[in-house]
Amino acid sequence: MDAGLLAQFVANGLMLGMMYALVAVGFTLFFGVLDVIKFSHGDVLTVGTFAGFSTFLGLKAIGVANPWVQVAAVMLIACGAMAILGALIARYLVMPLKGAPALNVLLITLMLGTVLRESVRLFFPDGANPKPFPKLLPTDALALGSFTLRLDSAILFVAGLAVIVAIHLLINRTKLGLAIRAVAQDEETAKIMGINFTLIVLATFALGSAVAAFAGVMNGLYYNEINFGMGLLLGVIGFSAAIIGGLGNIYGAILGGFLFAALQTVGAVALPFASAYKDVFAFAVVIVLMTIWPTGLIAEKTSERV
Amino acid sequence: MNLIRTTLAALAAAAVMTGVAPGAAEAAKQKVKVVFIGPLTGGVSVNGLGGRNSADLAVKLRNADPKAKYEYEMVVLDDECKPNIGVQVATKAASDKAIIVGVTHYCSVVAISTVDTYNKFELPVVVWGAVLPEITYGHTYKEINRINGTMIDQNAVNAKFSVGQGFKKFAVIHDTTDYGKGHNKYFSENLVKNGGQILGTFGVTADQQDFNAELTKIKSLNAEALYFGGLTPIGVRVRSQMDKLGIKAHFIGTSGIMSDAFIEGLGPLAEGALAFREGAPVDKLPGGKFFTEKYTAAKYGEAPEAYGPFAFAAMTLVLDTIEKVGPDRKKVRDELRKTKDRDSIVGPITFDDHGQNTVAAITKYVVQDKKWVVWEDSEYASGKRKLAN
Repeated sequence: MDAGLLAQFVANGLMLGMMYALVAVGFTLFFGVLDVIKFSHGDVLTVGTFAGFSTFLGLKAIGVANPWVQVAAVMLIACGAMAILGALIARYLVMPLKGAPALNVLLITLMLGTVLRESVRLFFPDGANPKPFPKLLPTDALALGSFTLRLDSAILFVAGLAVIVAIHLLINRTKLGLAIRAVAQDEETAKIMGINFTLIVLATFALGSAVAAFAGVMNGLYYNEINFGMGLLLGVIGFSAAIIGGLGNIYGAILGGFLFAALQTVGAVALPFASAYKDVFAFAVVIVLMTIWPTGLIAEKTSERV
Repeated sequence: MNLIRTTLAALAAAAVMTGVAPGAAEAAKQKVKVVFIGPLTGGVSVNGLGGRNSADLAVKLRNADPKAKYEYEMVVLDDECKPNIGVQVATKAASDKAIIVGVTHYCSVVAISTVDTYNKFELPVVVWGAVLPEITYGHTYKEINRINGTMIDQNAVNAKFSVGQGFKKFAVIHDTTDYGKGHNKYFSENLVKNGGQILGTFGVTADQQDFNAELTKIKSLNAEALYFGGLTPIGVRVRSQMDKLGIKAHFIGTSGIMSDAFIEGLGPLAEGALAFREGAPVDKLPGGKFFTEKYTAAKYGEAPEAYGPFAFAAMTLVLDTIEKVGPDRKKVRDELRKTKDRDSIVGPITFDDHGQNTVAAITKYVVQDKKWVVWEDSEYASGKRKLAN
């Protein structure tokens, strides 16, 4: 295998990993503050992407043609709307069940996910069909031998990286981040210290959902196609990534996302049997990893098993 | 009997026209239910909706015909192109004794999984779009007939034609359902027979989003053409991701990508894509103009798509059969199987002993200026344009 080809595989895997990581971060944030698994996360991503798509259609209708303005507006509205949706889900579905067994939250969000997904299918005009997502980023390509780097992919990757760095700074350098960490570590003590618990939980859910919407729009811009079921598999993979990384640890989730993408790429490329088994391979390795490190690669200091 | 009905109908009509209250309720025709099943939601729903509209058109035309003995009601069910849903709706239709006959399925995976259901509940059906050979040849059920051809013939023509165009080294991407696997099998066999070569075969799941890993590998194989055995949604994804990776291989598909949705989803990228479908193109048949005119006049929201004419012909055929033998499942089943040289808008229909319509002609299509154009009429065939490679 020549270097160009290897670079191509790495580039593909990195893009995929970035999307998985962004979804996984949401799962891990929610688990961190409330010890819950929110299974509607993938479908929030879908709704966010469709919100972004609707924004684009709206802008086109009123005659805004500058692609940069369009990208900015699509991202802003998708992330903003999902932040609100995420906070609403937390306030009215997850928090009322705080004292109940964790299984209840898992089930209720699983059902909410189905409601969101089917709503997109039924109520978005012609929602059952895949929609061509517009190419809003420059599509220039740089070809180095057998390696083709597209400018739009590079921009998306850098933007994803920026989001991860921003989350890192937010968690570690701001008062809000400190409060999130405090709540994650010990809810009671955090409350005693005067932290507004409800507000922090809502903020965390808003943050996680906005990041999911970002990942969704990124997915749309990268593949130029969206459909109502796109969040389903992304949700499952994001969740697995969060688990192998160590649920509750943001860096673990990011690591898990990239690891899963790497496994899929290896599964499709390096294994002698048909690429149809790449998901089987990736999930099988995840199972093995989980038996070896039940609490994930980077475990929380006080770990809880799932 | 017929005469009395006609007379009564005429009297009723006269009564209405002269302003007399129509008291001739006994003139109402007996209602007969038929079922249409296809994918009305999901990725291939464009084809399902086109088929539904076409079948609906056949029923409407029949109901408008004063000579028809019965009044038909078409029950429409959605199989979502999923085998489990398909079996559910097939059971629902077949267990409703008021339903006499069905025009069923676009997706091969669904059609093959429902044959046992139709046989068990003795509901005669005519398949209108699925191309897997086993749907008719995999069993000896008398209930199952098919109006469109199988994938064997189209792949034989495809392989021979492609090699003739200078594409010898192929990479193959197919979905791992029976449908995609069948296409892969028949195409690969025929390609080798014609002196071509398969450099690599990649099975992908039917809802896969990312094909970069497979395509990067294909790029390294330096294939001259990529054969895609699958349906429109992933066909669109594969083609657009090929472009992003700068793969120059020519895109050659099956009847599964022959839809306007393929062209809409890809825009200019669709140009030059090849596909193959059994039967002559509708606008070249004597009845084709009739169909297109009526379809346009009915103002449906969706285009009939590639298999709409087959759905129309299938529905017309089953209604003819009911007219002839009456609304009785067993009689309809036996009569359908006897269909021979019956004129239809897709050409003469003859069912063999497996209920398979013996259509020999395969038509080659190429995308030219955002339209599926018959190869022989295209600027590619005349040499004005060249298939890029």
